[in-house]
Amino acid sequence: MPPVAESTLSLRADFPILQRRPGGRPLVYLDSAATSQKPEVVIEALAAHLREHNANVHRGVYALAQEADAAFEGARERIAAFTGGEPRTTIFTKNVTEAINLVAYSWGRANIGAGDAVLITQAEHHANLVPWQVLCRERGATLRYLEVDERGELSLDALDRELERGDVRLVAFTHVSNVLGTINPVAEIARRARAAGALSLVDGAQAVPQLPVDVGAIGADFYAWTGHKALGPTGIGVLHGRREVLEGMEPFLTGGDMIASVDFDGATWGELPSKFEAGTQPIAEAVALAAAVDYLGAIGMERVREHEQALTAHMLEGLASVPGLRVVGPPEAAARGGLASFTIDGLHPHDVAELCDREGVCIRAGHHCAQPLMRCLGVGATARASVGVYNEHAEIDALVHALRSARAVFSLDGAN
Amino acid sequence: MDDLYRDYILEHYKRPRNFGELQPHDLEALEHNPLCGDELGVHIVVKDDRIEDLRFHGHGCAISQAAASIASEELKGMPLTEVGELGADWMIELLGIPVSATRRKCALLNLKVVRGAVTGDHAWPT
Repeated sequence: MPPVAESTLSLRADFPILQRRPGGRPLVYLDSAATSQKPEVVIEALAAHLREHNANVHRGVYALAQEADAAFEGARERIAAFTGGEPRTTIFTKNVTEAINLVAYSWGRANIGAGDAVLITQAEHHANLVPWQVLCRERGATLRYLEVDERGELSLDALDRELERGDVRLVAFTHVSNVLGTINPVAEIARRARAAGALSLVDGAQAVPQLPVDVGAIGADFYAWTGHKALGPTGIGVLHGRREVLEGMEPFLTGGDMIASVDFDGATWGELPSKFEAGTQPIAEAVALAAAVDYLGAIGMERVREHEQALTAHMLEGLASVPGLRVVGPPEAAARGGLASFTIDGLHPHDVAELCDREGVCIRAGHHCAQPLMRCLGVGATARASVGVYNEHAEIDALVHALRSARAVFSLDGAN
Repeated sequence: MDDLYRDYILEHYKRPRNFGELQPHDLEALEHNPLCGDELGVHIVVKDDRIEDLRFHGHGCAISQAAASIASEELKGMPLTEVGELGADWMIELLGIPVSATRRKCALLNLKVVRGAVTGDHAWPT
């Protein structure tokens, strides 16, 4: 789809928090890659469930419990449909971190052994890195990293070379990098992994809120994402898994709700997805997340992407006008998600973020839970501005203004 | 005039005192700021149970670099027993700017490093 000059989406009024005016200025929220803001319909869905339909699910015979059941399982169906998944293979977790740990513990400990390798990329969030480090160390396996090039992209040739070594059991990679913004060719990577006899796992935390995602078409064995970055509440994440793989796995957490039967000598496990959902689930959060994906679905993810790509193009143009500023990752908006990580000569990212806040502009600074990648990029930290469906072009202009002011506070050459 | 980025803070940031390496040295330590991954190390030469000389090395934000620079001037000549007793308030007062809760670790990183080198206690100063 061609990038458009100015997006027509105007959704700011749907988000109560964006009506706040810290210090008398409009709130310019450019940290959606960390967490998104929530539209009124999501806040109301959460409150309405707690106010009117709250009961525990799955074993209540009274009418209220059945309402809660219908709300929870109905939410699962809507959430699964949003990303092209099947309800039965759509497992609720706490977040992406827990979803990946589920795979690392349940699948990894049964299938990864000495001499095996797990292949990830240099650009992974700690959530898709540390669980594999721990697993490989424990099992005597090797963790290898696919390099990202100067553009912040992966080489499929390098992927093939790694797969040809014959020891790779799992390839785990991000769909959209939370630092570089790079959109990876996930379907192609999953296809090559499968052809080489390896399973694949995709970290979709940044992708699901901003791109049309169809987990069936992508074809990975596991696809994880989280609610709070996709206009939903915290405390709920999603793991889509291939049914045959999930059926062959032992549970991750055990206890209440995930069993078929228990006696003093042992237990048998429930069917999917219950086998992987021990204990009381985030019921109200599931209902609210369903409202969030309904909201996004009503806009249409193609339009969401178009809007955010236009904002990103505008941001890249604005950032390029700031002296001493360097953006990491692909130079074109079409090749990246709605974020830009950058450094400014003579200004530490923490100071950049602090000074942006003086103008009501919220951006993040730090290592973005990707310390190994930061070392590859040769920086200690970056500042990162990321957009959401509710942002407008004027907010990008406010960011650029704030960055120029920050340079002026530090009396940097060419400051204006 | 900015409350936080006062002239003397920016001056220390741009031209930090006592930065570099000291070879040979008697004590050393290296610490990270978990917020941003920044690192700060110190080399210390001891004479008569006092800090005879010290140098910081590493990178960081204006607050952490200025704090290290300002503290370095106070730490020179200080008895080691006294260094072990320095707390967060000492550093914050010395810095003389309103440090928010999120930037507190930036300000305290240098004291954590120095206390770690001198006492072996690597806890954040309180």
